Amino acid sequence: MLKSLRTALSLFLLLAATTGLLYPLLMTGIGQVVFPYQANGSVLREHGKIVGSALIGQYFREPQYFWSRPSATSPMPYNGAGSGASNLGPNNPTLIANVAARVKALRAADPSEKGPVPVDLVTSSASGLDPDISIAAAQYQVPRIAKAGGIPETKIQQLVRRYTHYPLLGFIGEPVVNVVKLNLALHEIYQPHAAG
Amino acid sequence: MSNSLLLTAALLLTVILLAIPLGRYMHRVYDGQRFWATRALGGVERGIYWLIGTSPAKEMDWKRYALSLLLFNLIGGIFLYLLLLAQGILPLNPLHFPGVPAGSAFNTAVSFLTNTNWQDYSGGSTMSYLSQMLGLTVQNFLSAATGITILLPVIRAFARHETRDLGNFWVDMTRTVLYVLLPLSVLFALILMEQGTVQTLVGEIQVHLIAPFLSQGKTIAEQTLHVGPVASQEAIMMLGNNGGGFFNMNDAHPFENPTGLTNFLETGAMILIPIALIFLFGHMVKAKRTAWGILVAMLIIFIPLTLVSQHYELAGNSLFHSLGVTQANTAGLAGGGNMEGVEDRIGSGASALFATVATATSTGAANTAYDSLIPISGGINLFLMQLGEVVFGGVGSGLASFIAFMIFAVFLGGLMVGRTPEFLGKKIESFEIKMASLSILVMPLLVLIGTAIAVSTTAGRTGVFNPGPHGFSEMLYAVTSPANNNGSAFGGLSSDTRFYNLLTGFCMLFGRYWVYLPLLAMVGSLAEKKKIPVGSGTLATDTPIFVGLTIGVIFLVGALNFFPALALGPIAEQLAPPPAIIHQVTH
Repeated sequence: MLKSLRTALSLFLLLAATTGLLYPLLMTGIGQVVFPYQANGSVLREHGKIVGSALIGQYFREPQYFWSRPSATSPMPYNGAGSGASNLGPNNPTLIANVAARVKALRAADPSEKGPVPVDLVTSSASGLDPDISIAAAQYQVPRIAKAGGIPETKIQQLVRRYTHYPLLGFIGEPVVNVVKLNLALHEIYQPHAAG
Repeated sequence: MSNSLLLTAALLLTVILLAIPLGRYMHRVYDGQRFWATRALGGVERGIYWLIGTSPAKEMDWKRYALSLLLFNLIGGIFLYLLLLAQGILPLNPLHFPGVPAGSAFNTAVSFLTNTNWQDYSGGSTMSYLSQMLGLTVQNFLSAATGITILLPVIRAFARHETRDLGNFWVDMTRTVLYVLLPLSVLFALILMEQGTVQTLVGEIQVHLIAPFLSQGKTIAEQTLHVGPVASQEAIMMLGNNGGGFFNMNDAHPFENPTGLTNFLETGAMILIPIALIFLFGHMVKAKRTAWGILVAMLIIFIPLTLVSQHYELAGNSLFHSLGVTQANTAGLAGGGNMEGVEDRIGSGASALFATVATATSTGAANTAYDSLIPISGGINLFLMQLGEVVFGGVGSGLASFIAFMIFAVFLGGLMVGRTPEFLGKKIESFEIKMASLSILVMPLLVLIGTAIAVSTTAGRTGVFNPGPHGFSEMLYAVTSPANNNGSAFGGLSSDTRFYNLLTGFCMLFGRYWVYLPLLAMVGSLAEKKKIPVGSGTLATDTPIFVGLTIGVIFLVGALNFFPALALGPIAEQLAPPPAIIHQVTH
C-alpha cells in the first residue's frame, strides 16, 4: 500500500508537471512566436490605440453605426471581462417581451423600414460577446446608416461586402458580417481627420 | 436543413475516417509494440516507469487495478482542492483572484476529477492561470485518461482468458497521456490558435471603444477583455470529453471557439477518441464485426435524435411569429432559427449538432445557452444523458458502459431463445449480470432521487430561473448532468449554493465510481473464465438482430426510467399552448 502510494504520488506529480506546466507553457511559447496576432486576442488598432478585438463584439446604439446583437452580460452589455446568455427559456414571457421591445426600438430608429426584422438582431447571443450579425441583419440596417451617417448606400454595401465572411465549403459556419470591423471602418469615415 | 444534414454527415464521416487509424495506433501503443511512436517517446516512457518504480511486465488483478485508480484519483482530487483554495497566494494570478471558496472548490475538484466538469463558478473571472493550467488542465488530461483506464481492463477481460491479469494501471495511465492525449492536444491547440483561440499569460486587454455608450447612467468608454492560456486547455477539454470551459460561456465565447471551422473541429474532437476506442476494442478482442456493430448501434440512436433537435432549432421559436421577426434560413444571408442564446458565426443548426454531441458524449461543453433551446431539443439533451452516456459516452467509460448493456442484452436474448448467454466467448453468469445491473441502475437512482429532493426542498427550488415546466427541467438537468458525469447545464439555475454544491458533488462521485467499480469487478470475474468456442448454441453478437436488441435494451431502460420525468419537463413545455403565453405577455 505504501509503495502504491509512492508510485501514485510520483506519477501524479510527473504527469501534472507535464500536462499542467510544460504543455501549456510550450503552447504559449509557440503561440507567441508563430501566431502572435491570434494568441494575443486578434486586437484591432486605430492610430496605435487598441480599439477592439476582431473576435469580441462591442455595443453600438448610435444610428450611424451598425447595431450588434443584444447582449446579456452584466453589468453592461458586451462586458469582455465576463460572458453570459440570457438563459431565458423559449416560452418565458420575459423573452417574448424583450424581443417585442427590441423590434420596436429598431423600427423607431428607422420608421421607413417595414420589412420583418432578422431574428439575430433581436435575440441575445450565447456569449453576449458575439462580434457578428447575419448579412440579412446588416442589410436591414443599411438604409438607416446611409441616412444617419450621410454616406451613399453603395459605399456602405461595399464595406458590408468587405467584412462579410461566408461559410467554409458552403456549410461549415454561417454567413456573417463582422460588426466591429465594419463599424471601425465607418468610424474612420466619420472622424474629422487629424492633420498630417 | 440541407446544410445541417450536410454538416452532420460530413462531421460523422470525417471523424470515423480519422478514428480508424487512431484506433489502430492506440492498439499498437497499448500492446507495447515497437513502432515510430514508441521509438520517439519510448525513452520518456521508460524513464517514467523507472522513476515511479513499475514496469509493463507487472500486471494487476482487478482489485489492485481499481485500488490504484482510486488512489491516483484521490491524490489528484486533493491536490486540485488545495490548489483552488490557495490560488490567491500562488503565482500566475495576474488578475489577483482570491482563493476559491471551500464549497465551490470541493464541487470543482470533484467535478474535474470525475470528468464531469460541471462548473458552479464563472470560468474567466474566478480561476487564476495557475489554477486553470496546473489544476484544471491537468485533470482534463487525467480524468480522461482515467476513463480510458476503466475501459482497458474491460477489453482485456474479453481478449484474455483464465487469468487474473488485467494490465498495469500506472502503465495504462502513462501511455494514455504520453502517446494519445498529449500529442493530439498539441496538434489541436495549434489549429485552434491559428484560428484565433487565445494563448497568453497576460492578464487582460484594455480596449478603447469605437463608440462609447451610456449604461445605467454611466458612460462606458472602455472594454476589458479577459484572455489567458485558453487554446491548450480547450484542446484537451474537447478531446478528453471534459467540457469545462475556460470562460463562463464555454464554447460560445469567441476566444474559445472563434470560427465556424473551430466549431466543426471542436464538435468532432468530442467523438474522435470515443469512436477510436471502439476500433481499439475490435483490434484487441479480434472482434471487428462486433466493433462495427457497436458503432452502428450508437449511430442509430444518435442520428435521429440529432436530426429532430436540428429540425426544431432551425424552425425557430413559434412565439416570435406574431412579433414581426423573420427566423428564415435564407441561403447566403442568415442562418435563422432559434437564435436566442446562439452565436451568429455558428448558427442554430450547427449548435443543435454540437448540443447532441456534447450530451451523447460526456463532454457537456456548450456553444449555446442550453436553457434557451426549444423544449424538445433541450429534452433530447436530457435524454441522451439519461441513456447512461453510452452513445459514444465519455472517453473509455462510455464504451465500458455500452459493453455492460451488451452483456445485459446477451442475457435477455439468451433467455428469450433459450441459448447459453455468452459474449465474445465468455459465459455470462449471475455475478456478471448482478454487476452489470448495478452499474446500469445506480445512475437512474441518483437522478430520480436527486431530482425529487431538489423539487421537494426550498433550497432546491429557489435556484430556479425560468417559470413553469421549464423550471422543473432546470432541476432535472442539474441532477442528470452531474450523475452522468456530463457537466452541461441549463445555466439559468443558480447552482453555486450549498445545496446544489453538495447534491451535484455527491451525484458526480457516485455517478463515477459506483458505476465503474462494479464493472471492474465484473471483468475481474470474466477474465478468469475459459474461452468457449463458438458453437451452434451461441447467440451471435455481431448480427443486425443483436445490434437491434442492444439498442432496444438501452432505450427500454432509459425510457422506462425517465419518461415520466421528461413528461413533466420538456414534453409538457413543448406542448404548452402558445396563445396562453402570448396572452400573458400582452396583459
